[in-house]
Amino acid sequence: MYSHFKSMLEVCQQHDWPLWKAICAEETELTGKSEENTFERMELRYQIMRRSAEIALENPLPGHTGAPTLITGSAHAHNSYAASGCTLCGPILNKVMARALSCSEANASMGRVCAMPTAGSCGIVPAVMVTLEEELQLPRRKVLEALIIASGVGSVITQNATVSGAEGGCQAECGAAAAMAAAAAVYLKGGTPDQSLSAASHALINVMGLVCDPIAGLVQVPCAQRNASQAINALVSADLALAGMPVLIPHDEVLEAMYRTGKSLPSTLRETALGGIAGTRTGQEIARRVHDS
Amino acid sequence: MIVSIFEVAGPIMVGPSSSHTAGAARLSRLAALFLDQPFTHVSFGLHGSFARTYAGHGTDLALVAGVLGIRQEDEDMKRAFQIAQERGITYDFYPTDLGDAHENSVAISFTLQDGSVTRIVGSSVGGGRVLITNVDGIETEVTLDFPTLLVIYEDRPGMLSRICAELAYANINIGVLKCGRKTKGGIACSVIETDSAIPKDIQTALTRLLGVKSALILNPSEA
Repeated sequence: MYSHFKSMLEVCQQHDWPLWKAICAEETELTGKSEENTFERMELRYQIMRRSAEIALENPLPGHTGAPTLITGSAHAHNSYAASGCTLCGPILNKVMARALSCSEANASMGRVCAMPTAGSCGIVPAVMVTLEEELQLPRRKVLEALIIASGVGSVITQNATVSGAEGGCQAECGAAAAMAAAAAVYLKGGTPDQSLSAASHALINVMGLVCDPIAGLVQVPCAQRNASQAINALVSADLALAGMPVLIPHDEVLEAMYRTGKSLPSTLRETALGGIAGTRTGQEIARRVHDS
Repeated sequence: MIVSIFEVAGPIMVGPSSSHTAGAARLSRLAALFLDQPFTHVSFGLHGSFARTYAGHGTDLALVAGVLGIRQEDEDMKRAFQIAQERGITYDFYPTDLGDAHENSVAISFTLQDGSVTRIVGSSVGGGRVLITNVDGIETEVTLDFPTLLVIYEDRPGMLSRICAELAYANINIGVLKCGRKTKGGIACSVIETDSAIPKDIQTALTRLLGVKSALILNPSEA
């Protein structure tokens, strides 16, 4: 897989390839499997993503003990709100949020998800993809191509930075997912490879510095709302890129900045449940309650 | 470092954590593959972050699910305690200190049907990937990212060459080979990672070799 965004773009320009084609070519080179095999494996993952993005919309999911988690019912509530016709962001963006919450809720209840790139951030790419597939009435093949783009972007992030909240904060984990979804969304809307990567950069810039502060160390709050907000960040960033907003900083340098920012976060703000919202008096009290039960 | 797009898009897993849930289930399932007879009790020694945060991430359920053969993407994981009870298998958890092992490590002791105990130590190293570091006191490094052959044999001259010859006859290339032993002239263990899937009949051929105690083939498709 490409080690940098720059080389990815160069290959696209050289062969006049769409971004997915350049990524797919590298993947088949790496695995020795056919392009069709890559699409089949991605289809399997997309089915899981679709299921997790819908599963909690109608039915709140309790935790594995049967008791509610900290986010049980949030997807259902948001889905009803999205359909109410009385929202600020409109029905489509609210549907995206509801789907992201559904994935987070499924994950918290020990339901099946597809890490994208992690389990904690598993709602962002699916929420964006499922909603765009529906709204833009896209053929499945096109969505799978977009998922290959998302994953290729994630691969470059993994190689040069990190997608782990424990290492780089939420900006790395949900931020990476937003960057991946943004690049994919641009492609689905007919944007160029350069616009896709610009959208990824906008997404990383928009979230730079965000800390990872899960209450009680659980992948629930604020992870669920961050899945919702980063799914929206992906769409905002895609629109910024499609409208021609320049990034100014080369994509690989933006990524480097994200990594350095993550590294400079104190450990209290990297998934230790000691800082941020987890470190509040009430956050600590909830943690005590959760651990005692 | 080269990262496949499917290391980004995946694993398909039961939540909430790739290391504390999916990795834990996969690790204990692989550990159970090392057994040559059924077990009646399993004891999990939890180290580091596994000891501190296991309940909130369902690590306990995941570990029990794994030894029962429930895969990391199977939602039956939630019912693992119940399924263990149905099968008459008991389990317990205790905190332990495995020294400088990875934060997410566990020592799994299986009590087998004949009363003997097999102890396997391993770590969930992130993203659902695992590393088995010790099998019955023998240091090893099994990742199951590639087709793997694990052979336990008497530590004496010529053993390794005879083992490798079986792979050569089957036209299988060795990628990585690591061998170790408890004591000089005692019991040795080799972990051989290959470039292609290892046919099951190699296992039979190997166990027929004089001095080979056991041979185990693990292909990633089963992992």
